[in-house]
Amino acid sequence: MSEAAANPVHDWIAKSVAENPVILFMKGEPEQPRCGFSAVTVQILDHLGVEFVGVDVLQSDALREGIKSFSDWPTIPQLYVKGEFVGGCDIVREMFQSGELKTLLSEKGLLEA
Amino acid sequence: MGAILEAIRDKLTAAFEPTRLEIVDDSSRHAGHAGAREGGESHFNVTIEAPAFAGTPRVARQRMVYHALAEELAGPVHALSVKALAPGEG
Repeated sequence: MSEAAANPVHDWIAKSVAENPVILFMKGEPEQPRCGFSAVTVQILDHLGVEFVGVDVLQSDALREGIKSFSDWPTIPQLYVKGEFVGGCDIVREMFQSGELKTLLSEKGLLEA
Repeated sequence: MGAILEAIRDKLTAAFEPTRLEIVDDSSRHAGHAGAREGGESHFNVTIEAPAFAGTPRVARQRMVYHALAEELAGPVHALSVKALAPGEG
């Protein structure tokens, strides 16, 4: 995370992450992902039945670079849950397969019991 | 073996002294897709097992790998799938 208050893209990302309990920064829209890794992550979230907001980073170079520096994570997609960075496609997939993702979302009150 | 794959292997070996290291060039599966390069070497799958990952959460592990390969990720490498394990985990 950046300490610099002067980065408007970081400010926008911080606000979006704070306002949306589950937010996925991805390539393309959730209905039409434009990268296989983003598509897999969307499929997992859909499968778990969690509501999420998808942000298409391809809409803006500033956003695409900004999310990388904001998270100190050089790849996309990136998933945030309740303001916390969960990970990218590999971690989301691993946590889904082990059941940890479902547990995390349930514990945060984001899934039907 | 490609030059980029070799660079990845050298850097990960130097940074982590891994007990297991597998690097697969997965670029052919992404041919024609945005970010794919002529000649491949754009998409890699890395499995690395090293003592440095013991007791370290997943995000931190992957960040360590990304930091070691920052130069490659800023340049030719478009996607890097990482499985980072501590010895005995898998």
